[in-house]
Amino acid sequence: MKTLNNFTKGIIRENPVLVLVLGTCPTLATSTSVINALGMGVAATVVLLFSNILISALRKVIPDKVRIPCYIVLIAGLVTAVQMLVKAYAPALNDSLGIYLPLIVVNCIILGRAEMFASKNKVLASAFDGLGMGIGFTLALFLMASVREIFGNGTFCGMEIPFLTDNKISILTMAPGGFMVFGLLIACVNKFGKSKPKKSDFGCEGCPQADICGKASGKDAKEAGKDD
Amino acid sequence: MTNLIIILLSAVFINNYVLSKFLGICPFLGVSKKLGSAVGMSLAVIFVMLIATAVTWPIQKFLLDPKDLGYLQTIVFILVIAALVQLVEIVLKRYVPSLHKSLGVYLPLITTNCAVLGVTILNISENYTFIESMVNSLGSGLGFMLAMVMFSGVRSTIEGSDIPECFRGLPITLIAAAITSLSFMGFGGVIENLFS
Repeated sequence: MKTLNNFTKGIIRENPVLVLVLGTCPTLATSTSVINALGMGVAATVVLLFSNILISALRKVIPDKVRIPCYIVLIAGLVTAVQMLVKAYAPALNDSLGIYLPLIVVNCIILGRAEMFASKNKVLASAFDGLGMGIGFTLALFLMASVREIFGNGTFCGMEIPFLTDNKISILTMAPGGFMVFGLLIACVNKFGKSKPKKSDFGCEGCPQADICGKASGKDAKEAGKDD
Repeated sequence: MTNLIIILLSAVFINNYVLSKFLGICPFLGVSKKLGSAVGMSLAVIFVMLIATAVTWPIQKFLLDPKDLGYLQTIVFILVIAALVQLVEIVLKRYVPSLHKSLGVYLPLITTNCAVLGVTILNISENYTFIESMVNSLGSGLGFMLAMVMFSGVRSTIEGSDIPECFRGLPITLIAAAITSLSFMGFGGVIENLFS
């Protein structure tokens, strides 16, 4: 039962993109078309699954002080493997994802789950957590890409949709549209989701760097106080 | 020379890392609440971007390429950047404590900032020479700073306004980012025609 919970929480209740607000960069950049979004989602899910398994298996071996560099090396290795597989079997996807494929290394969902879950839990639980989070990430990307591709380009997975192809809102496929659709989706989740909207401006709770980031803003607040 | 100016200007305005390439969104949304922290973070990013490019470009050209190890790019670059950030922090702490005091907090954040890894990889994939790479990194850093500073101004205006409950916090920030990004689209095509 608990294993099942580990798996399902990532899909909706703790969706990494729409609720935890992690991994915004790839979300915005690769959601211009449904195919890209699914490719990115699957690639990130594979990396997330294996990084969670490996980090959880090595959690007693890795010294606490150097854990973040160790995680980054492990994740970078996995990303390189995925990159080579994509290059070999889906060269078109490799071209359209471009720089965002190697940038999975710095996707904070992966490091965040490693730090928050895999380093404290058993291998099986971590595997389910990674898979669930990966599917949640893919679903969120798919949802956003569908909105952007259907209304922005009048197509779905490359198939033309009558009427909409003649009335494109092309701004949606461009950079501003990405921010706008993402903002609207999170607003919808806040409105219709069971949880109340968060008080903080930016969902930093799941981010592995949250305390450093908080320190940075906190220090500034103190300085501003001094100036007054 | 014209070539370098075009690279610099297009990195700042047209291919702005934050607003059109979506790299470095986390610090853009997380640290842009106050002007002071926005400037500090951007200065640290420019600094690290330049050093990272100066180190990773020779590594790629003189070490990875001749030995046919191009596939190790991702691992090597992220390790070099992580080590470099640590090193810079130690050196600054020891020799330039005043700079460390103002930038120190932001440095650890930069290790996993996708803009830094992104610029080093893009310099290689665009086949830039060393000078061009450095100029591109400088431009990208300046573009990041421009976006951060502009956006911290936008955010201070949002703070005081009456926003529907479900839009409070992140959603309205993203909508504001969309409008800021829209303004940058106006630069499209300007730079190419400037020197022709």
